[in-house]
Amino acid sequence: MKDGRGKLSRRKLLGGAAGASAVLGLHQVVPHDGLHHAVDEAFAQDGHGGGHDVQGGAGVMQHPMHAGTVGMVDPRANGFDPQLILRDFDEGRVVNGVREWELVAEEKKIEVAPGVSYDAWAYNGRVPGPTLRAREGEHLRIHFTNGATHPHTIHFHGIHTSRMDGIPGLGAGDIPPGETTTYDFHATPFGLHLYHCHSMPLAEHIAKGLYGAFIIDPKQGRPEADELVMVMNGFDTNFDRSNEVYAVNTVAFEYLHRPVVVRRDQLVRIYLVNALEFDLLNSFHIHANFFDYYPTGTRLEPRDFTDTVIQGQGERGILELRFPYTGRYMFHAHVSEFAELGWMGFFEVTD
Amino acid sequence: MEAATARQTRRPPWLAGVAPLVILAAAIALFVVLDSPGLNRIGVPQEKLSVERTVLKPGEIQLHVRNEGADPVRVRQVIVNDGFAAFTQSEDRIGRLGGSEIDVNYPWIEGQDYEVVMLTETGATIDHTITAATETPGADVDFYALMALIGLYVGVIPVAIGMLWLPWLRGVDARWIQFLLAFTIGLLAFLGIEALLEGTDIATAGAEAFGGAALVWLGAAVAFLGLAGVDAWLRGRRARVGDGTAGGDAGTETDGHADGRGRRVVGAGYRAALLVAIGIGLHNLGEGLAIGSAYAVGSLALGATLVVGFALHNTTEGLAIVAPVARERAARVGRLVLLGVIAGAPAILGAWIGASAYQPGVAALMFGIGAGAIAQVIVQIAPQIRDTAGRVLHPLAVSGLLTGLFVMYVTGLLVSL
Repeated sequence: MKDGRGKLSRRKLLGGAAGASAVLGLHQVVPHDGLHHAVDEAFAQDGHGGGHDVQGGAGVMQHPMHAGTVGMVDPRANGFDPQLILRDFDEGRVVNGVREWELVAEEKKIEVAPGVSYDAWAYNGRVPGPTLRAREGEHLRIHFTNGATHPHTIHFHGIHTSRMDGIPGLGAGDIPPGETTTYDFHATPFGLHLYHCHSMPLAEHIAKGLYGAFIIDPKQGRPEADELVMVMNGFDTNFDRSNEVYAVNTVAFEYLHRPVVVRRDQLVRIYLVNALEFDLLNSFHIHANFFDYYPTGTRLEPRDFTDTVIQGQGERGILELRFPYTGRYMFHAHVSEFAELGWMGFFEVTD
Repeated sequence: MEAATARQTRRPPWLAGVAPLVILAAAIALFVVLDSPGLNRIGVPQEKLSVERTVLKPGEIQLHVRNEGADPVRVRQVIVNDGFAAFTQSEDRIGRLGGSEIDVNYPWIEGQDYEVVMLTETGATIDHTITAATETPGADVDFYALMALIGLYVGVIPVAIGMLWLPWLRGVDARWIQFLLAFTIGLLAFLGIEALLEGTDIATAGAEAFGGAALVWLGAAVAFLGLAGVDAWLRGRRARVGDGTAGGDAGTETDGHADGRGRRVVGAGYRAALLVAIGIGLHNLGEGLAIGSAYAVGSLALGATLVVGFALHNTTEGLAIVAPVARERAARVGRLVLLGVIAGAPAILGAWIGASAYQPGVAALMFGIGAGAIAQVIVQIAPQIRDTAGRVLHPLAVSGLLTGLFVMYVTGLLVSL
């Protein structure tokens, strides 16, 4: 609520239609601290038990358009579900004041569009890898095991020493198959970062799936929100160094078939990461709404109030928005061919 | 002697011939049942599909594909111009040499190009380009009538017109006839070469699974040998008829003339003409196929140039048919009409097949058959252009051959599919 008022005052300054809709939204605000947890639980009920098909509120939608893949991807076979990846934040465990994670690089066949398999390389068996979350200033240790057949590393974006940079030839360098290393550094600066393999050939190691979001929360935290992680990615299934399939969180049209359920007027925060290879740019566009955009999440003041943002390779940013109306709202890359090749979805806004 | 041996050992002689086949079958069965012991698939599957036929209907792109690789192919998604498109397919798994019909739901626009990509389960892609999309004509009565009309225009009528040279031929000097026969050979040689090239093009583009260019040469061999057999049969039959009815019969085979040794040769000219007509007919079948398939994909510029080109091209074929009968005593109209139909009508049949059930393998085979038939016809006619010294390549014949090649080349330029 506190944050809602802050939003209103800012939008008043902007004036116009956006302000009007925000006012309309405020009239209908109901106290719903924790409501997004209920939404989370709705997902969790279906999701965590192993049967990952999200039913009920989200439902399985057969979109009526010409575009779109035929059939559905089975999240059980993949071993990870983009519906769960959305709200899955891995805070690791704190041992003696040090926040630690275990990451393992694996080779894994995944289904990126219905019936289309891809021989991925994955951290902890999922693409994107786990969303690692820490608080600014914390001491971090990432224990990395290479369980694959090629050398791999983890290169974290952030501020750290040369030895902890996770590239070949520095520090532990390339980690050979079967070997282990520990990356040890402090969480700084706060913002939304990225981690990925930095072994050569670089494009190959990233494109095959060795990447993930790395969130460092500011010391004072951010306003309460329904938080979502969206890693924009793509897959070059025929090895021609261009992508056949585009997606958010790996599966083409995932959120078109099973929309992302959010609550009306709830602050929604999207951690948007561009992990796409081979294409220089990616973008995010929301229908019938606008969002505050915080590039790299390293400032607490938004840079833009917009409905479309472009990210280059490795770029990321935080989006904050509220949906003033219920209904179904599309979001997709405004690079239209990416949209039609899988990077397209819906928000389902409910009361 | 053999029978006696067989009876003695109580074993039919064919058994020894069949035994290796039985053993081979058993060995293959065992090999398959044991899943090729000692041999594993080396490398990753190579998924190959060829698109044999594209049918465009409003809002729908239909691809008829064939698996021409060694591994089964499972098409899992279809991408049209950089966008996933909804589709259905007749075969979920396309085995070696297997076919499937893939119906893609797509709002294509008249005249535009489309790139259709079939994405397989392994992520491999098979591309197919549609140039200048246009609706595929439906196979209704109108359509068959139109194809018949085209066949009539480019096949039957020109050939018939060409045959009208017969009265003139009957009056000209024997040297003219020799020249025209040489001209016919040159013309046929051009058609034969054209058929081989076109057949090879088609075979390598869409019929690799069935042997590619080998199909063309196989067809050529079959036609060459087949026609040789027909010719031998005709000669044998004629010889028998000639021997048995030495006094001269009013039957169909008696309008011949005496050969050099004074024996009665029955209808030698018509025999040669029939062979020429068959050769040209088989060639026109291929030509009809090409026209029909081009029409089906909308790439046929139906118009005066095409029809006029074919008319000139094929009128010379009519001349080729009647040249061998110039020295026959009687001009038999019914027989001439039949020859014209044999030579020209296959264009209609070819157009029907080409437009409604085009299959590159069949088309390649057809072109090969046409080429082989033509080669046989050339072999048959060649002795007739010998001069008194017994030479085939005398100056008159060579000029006739070259004129034939040249005329076909020039009139062929008018026809571009």
